[in-house]
Amino acid sequence: MFTRIVWLVLRKDLMVEIRSLEIAYTTIFFAVSCVLVFAFALVQEGRAPTDGAAGILWIAIAFSGTLALGRTFERERQAETLKALLLAPAARPAIYVGKLLGIIGLMAVTEIVLVPLVSLFFQAPFFTRPLWLAAVLLSGTIGFAAVGTLFAAMLVRARTRDVLLPVLLYPITVPVIIAGVRATAALLQPDLDAGIIQFWVALLVCFDVVFVTLALWTFEPVMTD
Amino acid sequence: MPKWFVPLAVVCAVMFAVSPVLIANAPYESTMGLVQKIFYVHLPSAWVFLLGAIVCGIASARFLFKGDPRQDRLAWAAAELVVVFGIITLVTGPLWARKAWGVWWQWDVRLTSSLMGWMVSVAYLLLRQFGGPGSEKLAAGLALFGMANVPFIYISVNYWRTIHPTTSVVPTLPTSFGLPLWFSAIAFLLLFVLLLRMRVRLEEQRATLDTLYLSADA
Repeated sequence: MFTRIVWLVLRKDLMVEIRSLEIAYTTIFFAVSCVLVFAFALVQEGRAPTDGAAGILWIAIAFSGTLALGRTFERERQAETLKALLLAPAARPAIYVGKLLGIIGLMAVTEIVLVPLVSLFFQAPFFTRPLWLAAVLLSGTIGFAAVGTLFAAMLVRARTRDVLLPVLLYPITVPVIIAGVRATAALLQPDLDAGIIQFWVALLVCFDVVFVTLALWTFEPVMTD
Repeated sequence: MPKWFVPLAVVCAVMFAVSPVLIANAPYESTMGLVQKIFYVHLPSAWVFLLGAIVCGIASARFLFKGDPRQDRLAWAAAELVVVFGIITLVTGPLWARKAWGVWWQWDVRLTSSLMGWMVSVAYLLLRQFGGPGSEKLAAGLALFGMANVPFIYISVNYWRTIHPTTSVVPTLPTSFGLPLWFSAIAFLLLFVLLLRMRVRLEEQRATLDTLYLSADA
């Protein structure tokens, strides 16, 4: 039953998105402009700053992720469909997981565009260890999206939701960003130290477990009036 | 106000008057000299800062799952005090660090986690202030996440170069340093309790006023 509701919510979100591609297009374009701004600001005389790529990648992911979160729930709010979703006789945690998977999918698509772009502009050898990179990106994205989905859902009712989402989200997800940046920076080192990357990925997985558990636990009381 | 409030306020005022004398009479630390004395303010305010965060987190959890509005008022009051004592901690720390480490700020684990904890409490207040109706539940959720963060940042201590003095310093202090420290710590704790009580009372009266208005309308 739980997985069925998750699948239904996810399928609904994907279907709405695929028909218009509104959020995917705007988020990807925003992420690309973000990287371009960094490139204009930091690349001088054709030389990118050393060790900058990891930070820039994660800033672009965090910014575009925030945009995607805001837009996803704005769509639910305008049509009052979130209320309908919550009225449905379905377990609240299942609704949360369905929304979360949709956001993770959207962020993953953005990352597929972002990684080659950052790699190109900042001369970062991201693709020498693709499996490690995928592990870091996936665990970081889950942590960021887990908190983001809960907060964006909570803020649907708040008046100043557009400005409050980043204000609330960034202080909480800073550890995820730190761990993601450190792990990515370790990946870019010429001689790979697997121990360091393993430590940061393990920490990211810990964050994921804690954040998802907390979100599942609080989604029900927070979304009940 | 409860009966203990005024006597405790007097005790607290006397302690804050006496503690500078004790601090002034404490011996100079051999390597850092005068600047070490800021530690008698920095450490107690940092303790109260953490205490406030814990009070806020626990009260938020109880509000979220039990729905008791008194816990919500307590959480709000505690969050405001976290911001106040956090500012004291984050200002006195760099003042000392400039002299002891030669820099105002280091991206050290202890400093980063304190700053993030402080930012979460500021975000909490922003949400309470500008979130509109229904924001108290959202704020409670935020406080829970804020509390969950703290131990995790501490885990990364091993992988981060840390230069902040560790907690093992306090139990090994000689009496000449320990006495002014503990005296100051108790004064800060009393101040925290008094301010918390006063702030909760303000919210209680606001709530009473609201119910009075509602009953007058009906």
